Amino acid sequence: MSGVIAIIRKEWKTYFITPAAYVVLALFAFISAFFFYSMLAVFVVQSLGGGGEFGGGSLNVNAQVLQPLMFDIGITLLFLLPMITMRLYAEEMRGGTMELLKTSPIRRMDIILGKFIGAFGLLVIMLIITAAYIGVIAHYGAPDLRAAGAGLLGLALLGGAFLAIGLLISSFTRNQIVAGVITFTLFLLLWVADWVSAYGNGAVSHSIAYLSVTSHLQNFTQGIIDAKDVVFYLSLIVAGLFLTARRMELAE
Amino acid sequence: MLEVSHLSKDYGPFHAVQDISFSARAGEVLGFLGPNGAGKTTTMRLITGYLPPTAGEVKVDGIPVRTQPLAAKRKIGYLPELPPIYPELTVDEYLRFVGRLRRLPSRGLSTAVEDACRRTALTDVRHRVVGHLSKGYRQRVGIAQAILHDPPLLILDEPTAGLDPRQILETRQLIRELAGNHTVIISTHILSEAATTCERVVIINRGALVAVDTPENLTHRLKQTDTLEIQVRGPQLDVSAALSKIDGVLKVEFSHVQKEIGTWTVEARAVAVREQIARRVVENGWGLVELKPVELSLEEIFLSLTGAAAAAPASAPSQELPA
Repeated sequence: MSGVIAIIRKEWKTYFITPAAYVVLALFAFISAFFFYSMLAVFVVQSLGGGGEFGGGSLNVNAQVLQPLMFDIGITLLFLLPMITMRLYAEEMRGGTMELLKTSPIRRMDIILGKFIGAFGLLVIMLIITAAYIGVIAHYGAPDLRAAGAGLLGLALLGGAFLAIGLLISSFTRNQIVAGVITFTLFLLLWVADWVSAYGNGAVSHSIAYLSVTSHLQNFTQGIIDAKDVVFYLSLIVAGLFLTARRMELAE
Repeated sequence: MLEVSHLSKDYGPFHAVQDISFSARAGEVLGFLGPNGAGKTTTMRLITGYLPPTAGEVKVDGIPVRTQPLAAKRKIGYLPELPPIYPELTVDEYLRFVGRLRRLPSRGLSTAVEDACRRTALTDVRHRVVGHLSKGYRQRVGIAQAILHDPPLLILDEPTAGLDPRQILETRQLIRELAGNHTVIISTHILSEAATTCERVVIINRGALVAVDTPENLTHRLKQTDTLEIQVRGPQLDVSAALSKIDGVLKVEFSHVQKEIGTWTVEARAVAVREQIARRVVENGWGLVELKPVELSLEEIFLSLTGAAAAAPASAPSQELPA
């Protein structure tokens, strides 16, 4: 366990010594703020015109602001997380520091968990930034906080799955660009995998659609924490970490 | 302290290391010698547990690296060929991280870092970023991390590679200082380095063990006769003839004349022949300018052992006389 903590501390130190973490977090704050502001602005315009003859219908801050915000943040993670994961292994391999880690009295899984938890910490900061937007809505309105909390949990699980998969891909190549591009492409495929259900109805299409990270996020944003969604994300995380360990072993 | 038995590592059909066995006593400096690509680094990686062997076993202080990796790794300090540094951390931050990896208690950490910095003369740059340091300093940071937890076994892969002559001397001095309390294994392809710093050398070539012995014994083993270089002021043919007549002299080769002083290489059956030679030269009224034994250099030992080329005699144009 002390090995995991040592790695986490080192990861955080390098994140915040280099501009990497600041750039990623600042961009995240900027983009997510833009999404939030735009959706809130549209909502405010709609609610002002709500009584008009063309308006009407129900206005729901959860459905019209929070839910789409969660999805947009999911997409932002899809773009930003590959930039964090692509360097996780590549940099240790290139700098020869993997030799230091692997000849130290720590387990292979300590290295993997340290790297994963370290990157997850950055994700948590992003989610705290997101929580601030929910706080703004809660100050002026009455959003469903349970749904918002479930949405944040969903994003944490989604981001965790992304990080585990990104970590696995980064363990296959010393080249950061290659790792980044493959990771991003795979994330994008996972994001749109449920498109197949629009034109296919067989077992294969069902299986592919099941892999869609979007459909599993849907329930969370509506405030439903379904065990099968949680299991889906957790199994992606466990599989990603386990396969990374296997990959490290086979690379020897 | 270290026992390596029948160690092999294959990469597919390629045998990187084949059936290597040797051991090192506590406090010994063992040189690991071989041409580039001989399998030195691979062997060191097998010993440190970075790579799993295809066959064979490594025991550090009686602990098998394969089955008890954590306990064994705690006893090893390892400097890989490329110092494993994080360029963005300071020397202090880096060493603290390494200390935590090696499970040093947090109370002892500062003392250990201070101590390692002092021994490797890093105290002045302790708060500087490693990436901004020169190659020599980085190498020292690499050595500092290896000795940080005061391991009984130190494995240094080419510790002087890329250093300037002064730094090489300093590093050798440091290795000698460490030798008393640690078993040190250093790999090198520079033979003089092994000769000056190591008590014993392990020579490997193409992944296989060629010899394990002290540099002196290796010389003796390959050299059954006593080779001398003599400089005499005197007539070339007469001197050659006189030398050849001495009992026990096997071969006389004239090498060259410079400022009336001729140089001969003489091969004799025993060391006692040296006195005879000196006496005969003086009796003839010639001037004995120099008489020195020619030691086989480690280069020659190495070449003859690895079979890359026959150990070439040091003489230039030579002229062999009928005995």
